Amino acid sequence: MSIQDIDLNPGVLWPSNGISEVPFRLYTDPEQYRLEQERLFKGPSWSYLCLAGEIPNPGDWVATTVGEVAVIVARAPDGAINAFVNRCAHRGNLLCLARKGSGKEITCIYHGWSYDFEGHLTGVAFERGVKRQGGMAPEFHKDEHHLQRLRVEELCGLVFGTFSDRVADLQAYLGDVVVGGIRRVLDGRKAYVIGRSTQILPNNWKLYFENVKDTYHASILHSFLTTFRINRLSMPGGINISEEGGNHFSFAKLDYAAEDADYKAAALRADTDLKLEDNSVVESVDEYGDQISVQILTIFPNMVLQQVRNTIAVRVIRPRAVDRTELDWVHLGFESDNDAMRERRLRQGNLIGAAGYISMEDGCVGGFVQRALQYNDDESGIVMMGGHEAQSQNFRASEAAIRGFWKQYRTVMGA
Amino acid sequence: MPDLALRLGINELVAAYADCIDDDRLEEWPDFFADNCHYLITDRESHEAGLRHGVIYAASKGMLVDRVVTLRRVLMFEAHRYRHVTGPTRILKIADGVAEARTSFIVARIMHDGATSLFATGRYLDRIAVTAPPFRFIERLVVLDSPKIDTLLVIPL
Repeated sequence: MSIQDIDLNPGVLWPSNGISEVPFRLYTDPEQYRLEQERLFKGPSWSYLCLAGEIPNPGDWVATTVGEVAVIVARAPDGAINAFVNRCAHRGNLLCLARKGSGKEITCIYHGWSYDFEGHLTGVAFERGVKRQGGMAPEFHKDEHHLQRLRVEELCGLVFGTFSDRVADLQAYLGDVVVGGIRRVLDGRKAYVIGRSTQILPNNWKLYFENVKDTYHASILHSFLTTFRINRLSMPGGINISEEGGNHFSFAKLDYAAEDADYKAAALRADTDLKLEDNSVVESVDEYGDQISVQILTIFPNMVLQQVRNTIAVRVIRPRAVDRTELDWVHLGFESDNDAMRERRLRQGNLIGAAGYISMEDGCVGGFVQRALQYNDDESGIVMMGGHEAQSQNFRASEAAIRGFWKQYRTVMGA
Repeated sequence: MPDLALRLGINELVAAYADCIDDDRLEEWPDFFADNCHYLITDRESHEAGLRHGVIYAASKGMLVDRVVTLRRVLMFEAHRYRHVTGPTRILKIADGVAEARTSFIVARIMHDGATSLFATGRYLDRIAVTAPPFRFIERLVVLDSPKIDTLLVIPL
């Protein structure tokens, strides 16, 4: 990519220089989707790759994607985590075919070329030919070929990668406030995966990312908590947005003691129309000792770290086509959890994921928007709740974090 | 080989369960379970890894009732139905009044506009109380073949 390319192809045109009117065509235009793969996912952004704990030993690897590009993340003999494009230098064949594995090297099944876990080409089948016939041309040297490498950094057990040489180091990219939000949730306890699943979303990836940043919709679309009169004693929250705009976390506090009293009162009230038979799906403890019951954190362009009560999860947003996205859910517990906490996380797991009382609706609503825009995308959406800027705010009836997304998006896309 | 009456009773339970869901009689769905029960929707890889976290996890009949009430009264989604096709039920073991059985299934999803798709395939791994009729599920693990779920899962499988 060069500046010249941007001049030649501006992508979808915006109605102004602002970030509070967003052209609908951004969600439907195949050319825009292609430009995003080049400029955004392969550009100056840090994509979430995996958990360090998924590849604990040298030789362990996982296959993932950055945008739509297939990537391998591997633990090298020296303990470092390296990431490469999952593509043989020879003829471009996919190297790792499973989701995860372990071995001494990476070998291409097509012609047997092999690589070490630093991406060096270490072996070429029949390099010197067979019975002195054939073999690679004399000017071919293995040490001039290697797998395409990504920069890799780790924070709190989360592994990130980027194709960009010029993007800032990870922590500077995230910003201090968002780093603080990550350190709050992944607070030094040893995390492990308690479950995972993938939700297929029939919509453009940005519609989901906006939804996660949208603190305005939460109490309107998701009526579970209000219907069952849970969380009505909520205390204040806020939105923290990184300088570039794309990373954020929102949070809300809960008066846990008052909520507990409220359950008991609800159980006695004869006039309660709807009530839960089994409250254990929401019975939570103040795990972090700060009364924050919900913290939703996003990292531009593909990751969410959530704490919803005692559910901790990483969500990975994977664009698959202009109108198709996969959302990976990686549910976490901590090795220090006692039996009660393990069971609590399983029960509260009903709040989130593809069947989640709170989050299932998020999986649908993007598809509804996508359908409404089909061949009818020549206007702009309105993102003006809470103003026109993308600043941190101490209230949540706001679309500031969505505007933050578009701020960074426009910078990265050069549009 | 368990006796024929027991075998037929277990088969009837499995078939009636699928009919109940496909006929949209979801209010009756929790009654297929014992009061102390577990219901879990997971996938093959998670199940083989011994993980108990589910797309849906219920550890009491009350949690199943809450699922139905929530689906009917609270959640926003597009209307749809399922069609279950269940394979023959294999009874692996009967001991101490509990039968262990497994049944393959495929589920088609029919949206309100008629769009029909293959939504899920997998198997039921059941533990069923069979001491006396009516037989009831003590545990029903819905083990999906794929970890990928299209858009949402709101009607139970």
